[in-house]
Amino acid sequence: MATRKRSTRAGRVDAESNGTPADGEDVAVPKKRRARKPTAKSLERQAKKLENERIKTQRIPARLDIDAKIGRLVPHAVEMAEKQVDPFVDIPVRALSNVNFSPRKKIIEMGDATQRRSLLNMNQARKFMQTFVVARGCQQLQAEGKTTSIRDLYYMSKHTLGDSDENTFDDQVESDPIIEDLEVTLGALREELHLFAAKRGSVVGPMTLIDAGDEIDLSRMGSGGWSVPGIVEPETIRFIGHEAEFILLVEKEAVWARLNEDKFWKRHKCILVTGQGQPPRGVRRLLYRMVNELDLPLYVFVDNDPWGYYIHSVVKQGSINLAFESQRMAIPNARFIGLSAFDPEKFGISPSVSIKLNDQDRGRAKELLAYEWFQDRKWQREIKHMLRAGVKWELEALSNKGLSFVTEEYLPEKIRSNDVI
Amino acid sequence: MASKRTGTKPRTKVTAETLSKKQREISVSEFFAKNRHLLGFDSLRKALLTTVKEAVDNSLDACEEADVLPEIWVRIDPGEQDKRYLVTIRDNGPGIVPKQIPNIFGKLLYGSKFHSMKQSRGQQGIGISAAAMYGQLTTGKPFSVTSRTGPRKKALSMQVLIDTNTNKPKTLNEQELPDWSLDHGTEICLELEAQYMKGRQSVDEFLYQVAVANPHAQIHYRNPNGETAFYPRTLSENPEPPREIKPHPHGVELGVLMKMLQSTRQPTVTSFLSSDFSRVSPQLASAIVKRAGLKPRSRPKTIVRSEADALYKAINHPDTRILAPPTNCLSPIGMQELLSGLTRGVQAEFYTVETRKPAVYRGNPFQVEVGIAWGGDLPADDLARVLRFANRVPLLHQAGACAISKAVNEVSWKSYGVQKAKGALPTGPLVIFVHLASVWVPFSSESKEAVADYDEIRKEIKLAIQQCGRRLGQYVKRKVRARNEQKRREIFNLYIEEVVQASEAIVGRELPDFRANLLSLARQKTELAELLDEVQAKPAEGEELGEQENVLIVDPDGEDDGEADFSAAARPSGVASQSMLELS
Repeated sequence: MATRKRSTRAGRVDAESNGTPADGEDVAVPKKRRARKPTAKSLERQAKKLENERIKTQRIPARLDIDAKIGRLVPHAVEMAEKQVDPFVDIPVRALSNVNFSPRKKIIEMGDATQRRSLLNMNQARKFMQTFVVARGCQQLQAEGKTTSIRDLYYMSKHTLGDSDENTFDDQVESDPIIEDLEVTLGALREELHLFAAKRGSVVGPMTLIDAGDEIDLSRMGSGGWSVPGIVEPETIRFIGHEAEFILLVEKEAVWARLNEDKFWKRHKCILVTGQGQPPRGVRRLLYRMVNELDLPLYVFVDNDPWGYYIHSVVKQGSINLAFESQRMAIPNARFIGLSAFDPEKFGISPSVSIKLNDQDRGRAKELLAYEWFQDRKWQREIKHMLRAGVKWELEALSNKGLSFVTEEYLPEKIRSNDVI
Repeated sequence: MASKRTGTKPRTKVTAETLSKKQREISVSEFFAKNRHLLGFDSLRKALLTTVKEAVDNSLDACEEADVLPEIWVRIDPGEQDKRYLVTIRDNGPGIVPKQIPNIFGKLLYGSKFHSMKQSRGQQGIGISAAAMYGQLTTGKPFSVTSRTGPRKKALSMQVLIDTNTNKPKTLNEQELPDWSLDHGTEICLELEAQYMKGRQSVDEFLYQVAVANPHAQIHYRNPNGETAFYPRTLSENPEPPREIKPHPHGVELGVLMKMLQSTRQPTVTSFLSSDFSRVSPQLASAIVKRAGLKPRSRPKTIVRSEADALYKAINHPDTRILAPPTNCLSPIGMQELLSGLTRGVQAEFYTVETRKPAVYRGNPFQVEVGIAWGGDLPADDLARVLRFANRVPLLHQAGACAISKAVNEVSWKSYGVQKAKGALPTGPLVIFVHLASVWVPFSSESKEAVADYDEIRKEIKLAIQQCGRRLGQYVKRKVRARNEQKRREIFNLYIEEVVQASEAIVGRELPDFRANLLSLARQKTELAELLDEVQAKPAEGEELGEQENVLIVDPDGEDDGEADFSAAARPSGVASQSMLELS
């Protein structure tokens, strides 16, 4: 680890001295030309000169290692300042407008649109500054060879600016999106930046793995299960062996706990995972590795509401915000096992445990109907049926038929008849 | 129930004769005693204010009519008993002939103003005598009046008691005062049951607002707590005296028309129309008479109700075209005068005023004036303060029912850079002054507290506020721009330092050129932005805010001078203390 670090450092210094002028060189600052009587037009023309529209984005080569990638930000800004052009960073847009659904790969991919973030623009200056502050924090982690949480990074980077009363960040809510911006700008994974989010999610099942050198038997994890770390790359987690036939991802932790207590995983030979709501990146990446390395099918078991459908969709196709990660996280073969809008009828669940759809639910459902990756006939039918019924169902609604109805009847029946999407 | 009915006495039969014994004239004073709320005496607190208000209105009217620069002393002392106050108001007006004193102060509905079509503060001749009567009703004491009509005459003092049954005053203790301090003037002193409180509807506030709307008047005031206020005059000229006009046909109702027909001195209907009304020519008069189907030469006194009705309809017929009434009967405060009044009462940094051209509602000419003061020492987070005036008299009550408040509410303040919640007054360091001058102000009640909501009036007020608002918007935006500029500069410098430090840490060495380049770039950018703002914000020739005659900018930083000299001289500290030794 240490040797690699040193070598990349040397490489970075080289790369940089190519990009920047020698320190001693006299930099000519263009003289300010001011017309005697400036008109609105002449001023606009002058202002345009300082703008950066015509300068090409500097694409950071994907091959560079992370240290060099961070280092690339600086010479670019230095060069622009020297040319007396407002320095900027071009950041790929993380929004619906900039994602494409690849019908061939069946995943959501990020488009090419970028957003320019300039230092001397009142609306962007703060974020530009924050981008550099986060970059510096990441560089420090690289240099020290340490990995930390994004919350830690927030505290590392937070300080007051000069003698003002302004802080670099006021809240972690401000620094988290900047980290994601940096990931996409540098084309770097979060774990490559030595960062991880607060961990969330648990696993049990007939499987053994090695986590940071410790051998873990996932069938002997008691009632709490093994908690999934933020980083699950092969350097940290290695799979040893398993006797599972499929993986079941459960949205609700309470239902996961019920399945664990009933030893559903033992009887049905499956790996039982929960992401406690929308699964975090660690869980998604772990699922991806299990599905691809162990060749197991994955079933997703979520509430019957638009949010449940979307959890399945994120696992299957990837998310809009992290479209750049789809490649290494999306699982196109993931199957939606329930709760389907058709299930309550099929299984005779009492309508008294349904919940009426509210305006938010309806709005979200209509958004889903419009997404390219929801155009499958089965999905259109499923969502439209929910809208028509006007109700949603939580997973816990199944307990209305008896505590172990879900383990003894519902899931086995669904798997047996392959009633999935 | 049944037993009760049998137990009652047999009812006396009511006949027209028995009723007629009960029917008698109701004395006006008696009527007042039962309906005091109509005249503004419904609470103890309001009674005090109404009394001071009526007396001050009369004093100012009298001074202006006699072309004397008004100087008024107001003093309120605690009375002998709890909840009793002694109110003394003295002016340097023309004085009152002794014979008229009891009538003016002691008789309801006696006055010079009701019958004239002329702009004045008082209208009905109820005010001061109602106050006197209220005082007498609540304390049983007579009120005293002292008046002197000229330096060569002696001041005469008397006490007046009103007979509430006959509406007739009785004078007591008439005596000459050899050494009264004023050459001419009037002083009235009365005791009444009242309550003194501070606040938005207090005597203190009333006199303050009078001072704002009447920069030519000098006011001395001492409240029952012994605190004094002195508002020196900032104008040494009386306003142009308003002229009297004849009523406009469109402003007359059927009943009034019939009354006028009975009392006219004109021999024929046609001459009655053309000489007793404004804007009616002999030709127009003939046309109206013809349209009404009357004989042109019939005598006004012989016109019966149905004929009067026809005449009324002919006057208001859409084909009868009558010019709008003449407007030279109005006496607005005037822009310069209003600016001067505002600077005397409000400590702000930006003032703008607007006097609209006269307009007409229901045949009555009226004119709207608006002043807006912004910034300075005014509280920035409070609701705006609206000062309402009718014929220079402050209106302190019933803001919600007033056409002025409604107009203020309807203006879209946000486009002038002023915050406003829906249904509430605008928020900000703002004082809005609205004055309505009219021959006949349409009050919504006899106590003259709110202007009735006529579309024409509300529209004029709105237009005036909008004119002022646009100028305010210009100023506010300029301020905001300047502040942004400052902020932009500071923030860029802070961020540049942060970016340079981060960059140095990333590359592991110092980058002095980087910092210098960025700073120079930021300087260029902000300077350009400033220039651009300036060029774009510059109004057309002659429209520079500070150069307009209806705008006054008092910049605390002294950057914009405008007419700062004028204001500095014109603006004394809000409440200066000066004792009122003169008052007896």
